[in-house]
Amino acid sequence: MLIDVENLMRSHRLPHIWCPGCGNGIIMKAILEGIRESNLDLDKTVIVSGIGCSSRATGYLNFDTIHTTHGRAIAFATGVKLAKPELNVFVITGDGDGAAIGGNHLIHAARRNIDLNVILFNNNIYGMTGGQYSPLTPHGKFATTSPYGNMERSFDICNLVQAAGATYVARGTAFHTKMLIDLIKNAISNKGFSFVEAVTMCPISYGRRNKMGNAPDMLKWQRDNAVNVKAAQKMEPEKLAGKIIIGELHKETAPEYTELYEQLIARFRKGAEGDGQ
Amino acid sequence: MRKAQLLQGNQACAMAAIDAGVRFYAGYPITPSTEIAEFMAENLPKVGGKFIQMEDEIAGMAAILGAALTGVKAITATSGPGFSLKQENIGFAAMTEIPCVIVNVQRLGPSTGGPTAPAQGDVMQARWGTHGDHPVIALSPASVLESYDITVQAINFSEKFRVPVIVLLDEVIGHMREKVILPSPEELTLIERKRTNLPPAEYKPYEADSTRIPAIADFGTGYRWHVTGLFHDENGNPSGKADTIHKQATRLLTKLDPYLEEITLYKSYCTEDADYLLISFGCTARSAAEAVDMARSKGYKVGLLQLQTIWPFPEQLVKEFCTGKKAVIVPELNAGQLRGEVQKVITNQTLSGVNKINGDLITPEEIVMKIKEVAGQC
Ligand SMILES: Cc1ncc(C[n+]2csc(CCOP(=O)(O)OP(=O)(O)O)c2C)c(N)n1
Ligand code: SF4
Repeated sequence: MLIDVENLMRSHRLPHIWCPGCGNGIIMKAILEGIRESNLDLDKTVIVSGIGCSSRATGYLNFDTIHTTHGRAIAFATGVKLAKPELNVFVITGDGDGAAIGGNHLIHAARRNIDLNVILFNNNIYGMTGGQYSPLTPHGKFATTSPYGNMERSFDICNLVQAAGATYVARGTAFHTKMLIDLIKNAISNKGFSFVEAVTMCPISYGRRNKMGNAPDMLKWQRDNAVNVKAAQKMEPEKLAGKIIIGELHKETAPEYTELYEQLIARFRKGAEGDGQ
Repeated sequence: MRKAQLLQGNQACAMAAIDAGVRFYAGYPITPSTEIAEFMAENLPKVGGKFIQMEDEIAGMAAILGAALTGVKAITATSGPGFSLKQENIGFAAMTEIPCVIVNVQRLGPSTGGPTAPAQGDVMQARWGTHGDHPVIALSPASVLESYDITVQAINFSEKFRVPVIVLLDEVIGHMREKVILPSPEELTLIERKRTNLPPAEYKPYEADSTRIPAIADFGTGYRWHVTGLFHDENGNPSGKADTIHKQATRLLTKLDPYLEEITLYKSYCTEDADYLLISFGCTARSAAEAVDMARSKGYKVGLLQLQTIWPFPEQLVKEFCTGKKAVIVPELNAGQLRGEVQKVITNQTLSGVNKINGDLITPEEIVMKIKEVAGQC
């Protein structure tokens, strides 16, 4: 299986910088599988990331890639996509990168319904800076900056992005890789703003402090606590408390931003041709 | 040449951008720069370009960098507070060598200060706003026509040297209307970034030849290269090794050195026989030119050096112009930001400033008063 995606990677850059047991590699591979199975033109595919452990993925991926500033990947990607709409543009971001410092760009890109595929690696923590709480750290959980338990409430980032106008929203996990690949493929085929939250694990900065065991234990936790969205619809709210709902959460069609802009330009082109006659 | 037009500096700047081939604008509205965005929103789609109003200045800066990597010429415009917000991504552009132009129509600061009040207080922010060491180019026009010419130059410099170039307008030049005759676009000499002609397998995105400027490959053309704000080697791979960092940091820092003369733009007025030299820029250079005439009619031999290139600071030029002068006076709408730079390069001339930070302009009379005072001491 690895052979299939090897030519999508800058293998000479390995080994990667991630800790043993980190879930980032699993998510990265799922993205590559999604790209491969969607038969995208690799020369016309751009991957943009912010800053964080997860955002380092772009360094290993053999495409045109930009490792930008913290939180700004979506804004960079908006420029890439609008300037050259024929490119397939992906964004790799973390829960801190995408939901905290980059939260504003996330909601506005969703509102514009610009055709980006955003994959947010949710490890519930700031990994790169050593384990501070993020907007997706659950209430009560421990981090270096929430030594007495997180007093803040966390986002349901999928709800947020859906409310902001995204036309494809899904959540997967590092444990359910087959499903995650399918969700990424669906995101790719959606013409508009697509968002996939990929629940992953940081055994080093999050797992240890919250007594979640080692990486396999954290994967088992994902297996035992994920509920498929279809099953969830039939479940009582109290049964769903503390669970993560996975699957395709939202799908709709709406005008896509770069297409609208191309139509505007075409209007002027027509005008110019008309003038010439 | 075009017909005579009555234009604002901001409009001339925006027209220059489109004439020079800019096809992408992303930004966030802020007084006194907004007319540039409005002009772009209306006119870019007519020439097949793209305009987008982003959610803030940080996003505007990020978006032009993303766009520039696909091969288009890209620009953004802002003013003081927005310029501050852009700084992290301006640093990213410097580090990753992405051509782009940032117009900063200065207003009175700090903070929201005076949104419609003229000031020239961002000289230092243009130079030192980002973190770390890297060169910048900052240019400043003193008229509507110069606003056009300087913007074309800024775009050319950014393309040629692969650096972010800052156009330091000020509120007066941005909003003032003057009758101008602009060149027609065909008359302009335009520069395009050097694109690689190597096959993708041989391409090293940060390998520079003797020009010190590496060749670029547009995104989407099969080169599949990596752009990172981390220190990186010639292949674009991040590196923490001291010798790799040293090599890159040194090339970045010295990248513009062979081109200083070409980058230094200026005008001079009555300097040949002058005993006293005024050094000024932007709107204040206009008062200074008037002051030269007034002082000369009273018998004081005064000349003016108007700097259009502020950064890299034209040390050699300033030194030459100061040679043989009794005194040097720097009028500027800040507390002495440019004067400090002059101080670093002059030797035995007395140096003083005419400064205002209250939102009023410096009048020619105030400069003449200073000339008289200095002449009395000399
Ligand atoms: C402007 C800015 N602020 C802060 C930082 C420091 N910083 C680097 S990564 C990071 C958090 C990353 O967390 P997340 O996005 O969740 O990614 P992870 O490392 O967990 O994958 C922070 C705060 C920075 N690089 N830039
Ligand atoms: S700190 Fe956490 S997220 Fe970062 S590489 Fe290590 S395990 Fe992964």
